[in-house]
Amino acid sequence: MSRRLAVDIGGTFTDIALDLDGAIHPLKVLTTHDAPERGVIEGTTAVLAAAGVDPGSVDQIIYGTTLATNLLLERKGSPTGMVVTRGFRDSVEMRNENRYEQYDLNIDLPAPLVPRKLRLPVTERIDVRGRVLADLATDELDGVAQSFRRHEVESIAIGFLHSYVNPIHEQRAGEILSALLPNVEISLSCEVSPEMREYERLSTAAANAYVQPLISRHLRRLEEQLHELGLRCPLHLMLSGGGITTLDTAQRFPVRLVESGPAGGAIFAGSIARELGHDDVLSYDMGGTTAKICLINDGHPQTSRSFEVARIYRFMRGSGLPLRIPVIDMVEIGAGGGSIAHVDAMDRIAVGPESAGSQPGPAAYGRGGRDPTVTDADVVLGRIDPDNFAGGAMRLSADAAVDALERVVGEQLGMDATAAALGVSEIVDENMTSAARVHTVESGQRVETKTMIAFGGAAPIHATRMAEKLGISRVIVPPDAGVGSAIGFLRAPVAYEVSRSYHQRLSSLDVDGVNQLLDSMRAEATPVVEAGAPGVELHESRLAYMRYIGQGHEVGVELPIRVDTAVVDGHSAEQFMQAYEKEYERLYGRGIPGVDVEVLTWVLTIATDPPAIEGHRSTPSINHPAPSLTRQLVDPDTGEAVAASVFDRSRLHPGDAINGPAVVVEENTATVISPRFAARVGSGGHLILERT
Amino acid sequence: MSLDLIHKNVMWNRLIAVVEEEAQALIRTSFSTSVREAGDLAAAVFDRQGRMLAQAITGTPGHINSVAECVKHFLAKHPLETMRDGDVLITNDPWLASGHHNDITIVTPVFFQGQAVGLMANTCHVVDIGGRGFTPDGRQVYEEGLDIPILHLFRAGELNETLVEIIRTNVREADQVVGDMFAFTSGNRVGADRLIAMMEEFGIDDLEDLAEHIIASSREATIRRIAELPAGTYHNSVTMDGYERPITLQAAVTVTDDEIHVDYEGTSPPSSYGINVVMNYTKAYTTYGIKCVVAPDIPNNAGSLEPIIVSAPEGCILNVQHPAPVALRHIIGHLLPDTVIGALAQVIPDRVIAEGSSALANLQLRGGASVAGEYQGEVVEFEMMHFNNGGTGARPTKDGLSATGFPNGVRGVPVEATEAIVPIVFWRKELRQDSGGAGRFRGGLGQVMELQGTDGMPFDVLAQYDKAEHPARGRDGGGPGAPTRIELKSGKQLRPKGQQSIPPGDRLILSLAGGGGFGDPFTRDPAMVAEDVAGGYVSVDRAAELYGVVVDEHGTIDEAATAVLRG
Repeated sequence: MSRRLAVDIGGTFTDIALDLDGAIHPLKVLTTHDAPERGVIEGTTAVLAAAGVDPGSVDQIIYGTTLATNLLLERKGSPTGMVVTRGFRDSVEMRNENRYEQYDLNIDLPAPLVPRKLRLPVTERIDVRGRVLADLATDELDGVAQSFRRHEVESIAIGFLHSYVNPIHEQRAGEILSALLPNVEISLSCEVSPEMREYERLSTAAANAYVQPLISRHLRRLEEQLHELGLRCPLHLMLSGGGITTLDTAQRFPVRLVESGPAGGAIFAGSIARELGHDDVLSYDMGGTTAKICLINDGHPQTSRSFEVARIYRFMRGSGLPLRIPVIDMVEIGAGGGSIAHVDAMDRIAVGPESAGSQPGPAAYGRGGRDPTVTDADVVLGRIDPDNFAGGAMRLSADAAVDALERVVGEQLGMDATAAALGVSEIVDENMTSAARVHTVESGQRVETKTMIAFGGAAPIHATRMAEKLGISRVIVPPDAGVGSAIGFLRAPVAYEVSRSYHQRLSSLDVDGVNQLLDSMRAEATPVVEAGAPGVELHESRLAYMRYIGQGHEVGVELPIRVDTAVVDGHSAEQFMQAYEKEYERLYGRGIPGVDVEVLTWVLTIATDPPAIEGHRSTPSINHPAPSLTRQLVDPDTGEAVAASVFDRSRLHPGDAINGPAVVVEENTATVISPRFAARVGSGGHLILERT
Repeated sequence: MSLDLIHKNVMWNRLIAVVEEEAQALIRTSFSTSVREAGDLAAAVFDRQGRMLAQAITGTPGHINSVAECVKHFLAKHPLETMRDGDVLITNDPWLASGHHNDITIVTPVFFQGQAVGLMANTCHVVDIGGRGFTPDGRQVYEEGLDIPILHLFRAGELNETLVEIIRTNVREADQVVGDMFAFTSGNRVGADRLIAMMEEFGIDDLEDLAEHIIASSREATIRRIAELPAGTYHNSVTMDGYERPITLQAAVTVTDDEIHVDYEGTSPPSSYGINVVMNYTKAYTTYGIKCVVAPDIPNNAGSLEPIIVSAPEGCILNVQHPAPVALRHIIGHLLPDTVIGALAQVIPDRVIAEGSSALANLQLRGGASVAGEYQGEVVEFEMMHFNNGGTGARPTKDGLSATGFPNGVRGVPVEATEAIVPIVFWRKELRQDSGGAGRFRGGLGQVMELQGTDGMPFDVLAQYDKAEHPARGRDGGGPGAPTRIELKSGKQLRPKGQQSIPPGDRLILSLAGGGGFGDPFTRDPAMVAEDVAGGYVSVDRAAELYGVVVDEHGTIDEAATAVLRG
């Protein structure tokens, strides 16, 4: 019997999923912010006891955490120093010299993780071809170490220009500083993120150094305590790129743990897509504070090589810190159940990104929140039953929701509470819709053809309306959606991705050079994956990021290299060109004849197969269950209230069919079925909603 | 009634998403660094009358507000009734569009159910347009490259091949420029498709009601903000280096109950060189400056722009006439926000900022046989454009932003990316100590760059810098920012404007201006001064001299000595 445990520490809850041969035992406990491992141990103890499983018999633990994200967001990492090329002390402070907001004269720029007094230059210079223009002045490192000692620096990032071409100076400086400061952790930019563009590379190295001491200590404590609990299996970590890795690798590159929880959510949606055989999917995860949207093609979440963390201004692009690491490509906006509504200067309703969170929470919670939120609107519109929220554990006040909406929105706009609620809900849905649409276009895809997979506490409430706005005609609400991220961890492959900048023109491809590069990348990635999955068959995939010479944005293309040889040869350039043109045409309509193509970055991934997914594609016989009751539900399309049937999800069975308007209630959420949708329960327990 | 209102507001949000998609599509497919790296572009949607309804978040003010004016000229020449589905129109006329030949404007009518319902438009900077290139040295606009009057690029879907051939033979980087024209066309196409999808979804046949709603509510919201200001006329003038002589920008800002009128009577006559500004561009940066202070949160569209009226005497440097040279009109245009903000500072001192370095400092370099002289080493032909910024002015409650663009909205390019394509080595690119104007809140710092040709190869700089003789002024007792300096490593000072040589082995050192300070520096919190010294933003000497704070290089304050200095 296989016994696997997944743990996802989130901002409010720690989600646990115990997988016993495919049967999921979920548990939610409150996150213990002072010592996050305590909540993990308590929850693990509880879930194992409830299932009657001996801790010593658990085969694997997979762990994901927002801890790294929070350290960056709240600037609570360790005192960190940087060593940089003389003359380039301010790469991380000057950024790209841009204001992310055009009209606001009072914006703040994201503060660098390492203040200027701790960014110390040393004499050295390597050029774009890797030639040494100025030797590393090793004698200057004594003074650097002294300064760091004086400021009690616990971690150091070393980032020199063009170290992605020639790492020798970074490596040498690292060795010397490590001898001078034996208890200090050292991150080299050529290892953390060996890619061109100094701001992004140094920002990533700084973030790695900044979170390393605390994450390292936390992981060691967690491992010890799990051991004390009797668990003897390896502890594996979920990465932002969607693969899992060993404790050692996570401690070296903790920056790759950022946003691992949401990555698990995308993996979860990907596994549902594979299970149900949908190859063109939009995953939509909406919680209390934010909504996350990810595209999933052929069962695999779309990935990216860069990401922005800790945005300080309305989730606006450019207001955070760039990280150049493999990530699942998601757009995150400030739209959740707790998002606060107000009326702006043009008498328009605006929603979010400020959130009432869980404290004080929406007005309907009756915990002192006075601002109207999306949840309040959902209560007034009949989507959430105030008497049966969170499985009846919490009684909401519809009066408080009505009062907040009338006071803040209705009075100013001459609307009653229902119209105000409708306005709030339509605007938040439109905000999410716009984000989804722009994200899809940026990826060169069409949104209307996609199937939406909705999970997280608030997503099933808003899913059919969003689908209507996007022109999407199928929505799936999986079971156990409340702990979706943790379930995603269980369905992730053991994987490691390595990327390198190595400039090549296809017209003059250096075959030997590329083969050497791929060999060295393979040699780096393979041991990491083998450590996490000993004796398992591994797969290799290779991507090249290419563009027409003169363009600024690259297109990632799977390299057509024969699997058995894994070697580039004399025919490769032509094959790469064909693969590139095909992908470019798919994205942008037509290629540009006669223009040479260049490769900037090479990416190699070693991975195990993801755990097998049982297909659930059979169609059970149709049955029309009787609703438990009916209630009034406002249709945003007409503004009219309609009588909606209400069903309890726990009492539905595969084959049950429900016509909208209806609401399917479960412990942590409710699925709203608009009058234009009909639902059926699939053989795997999924709610499958289709446009009628 | 209220559902109708909700739908209108939802569609308003949608229009902003539509033009953002337009912008993203053209960024991803374009060739020129100014569009794809720097985001020097505008994308917008217009109603049948040519009124701008929404603009993309991505973009820069000089282009956005210029394109808002420009579409009216297209409609004057080609009334909507004469347009056909599949038509695409083009121009780069400086007087009709955004003020210099490098900017190409593409306009596409959008047809729905057989009727033209609106227009999509974008304005973007292409890499070359022929002539002398991107330099102020021209004496007439004829030297500044190819002029494309308002013409059809596509007529009912059919490409105007004659026009494309003419462009192809007149520009230096033909593939890139022509490729960009297609990228801009497909950007409009993406926007048009999305607009049509929105109309189908909401079941509307035209944009008239929606346009009226957007424009009326934005206009009224802007007027409400204007009405909060004390009525009166407020004057300010800014003097800048100019090319051959200093230039004074003189503004009279008149605030009434329902409009703000900016008049530039008294401004200097044109320059003989290409730094002159056309009226469209003057309007663009003037309205932008006013909007940042008066109504920053109100969306930028025809309604919110309407109550802001701009005039300049015909023939002054802000309203030059054909054939004046205009290639580098941004050097002056970028100072207009400082000029009008300085006038409004007299009535709303708590909402304005101090003057900044303001003019975008392009590092435009040229290498190759034409500039190498008798140099014996390897010579490589190249033209490089690298965007850089000095410091912005301090704010009433915050320091200015260091090495950050205002009012331009463009992004810089990484050193490693630039060194990968041109034979130049940057030896330094970092903040410039003591360049931020002293104040209770300090001006943003400028930056210093030091460059050399690879293996010592000589090269030319096409200098285009201001603020060398007239640095950014502080406000309310704040000190000035440091002036721009341009020199050789070997010691020789260079002129801030015009083409000049960097000899073999020598290095170019460019020190960009800082922003002005805000408030009396002696009232700055000594702890903030100490932090500035510890970080090297301010030197120990200047801390004592300008701020009256005695502090060592580690940031330790000598309280007693400080008390003596501060009195």
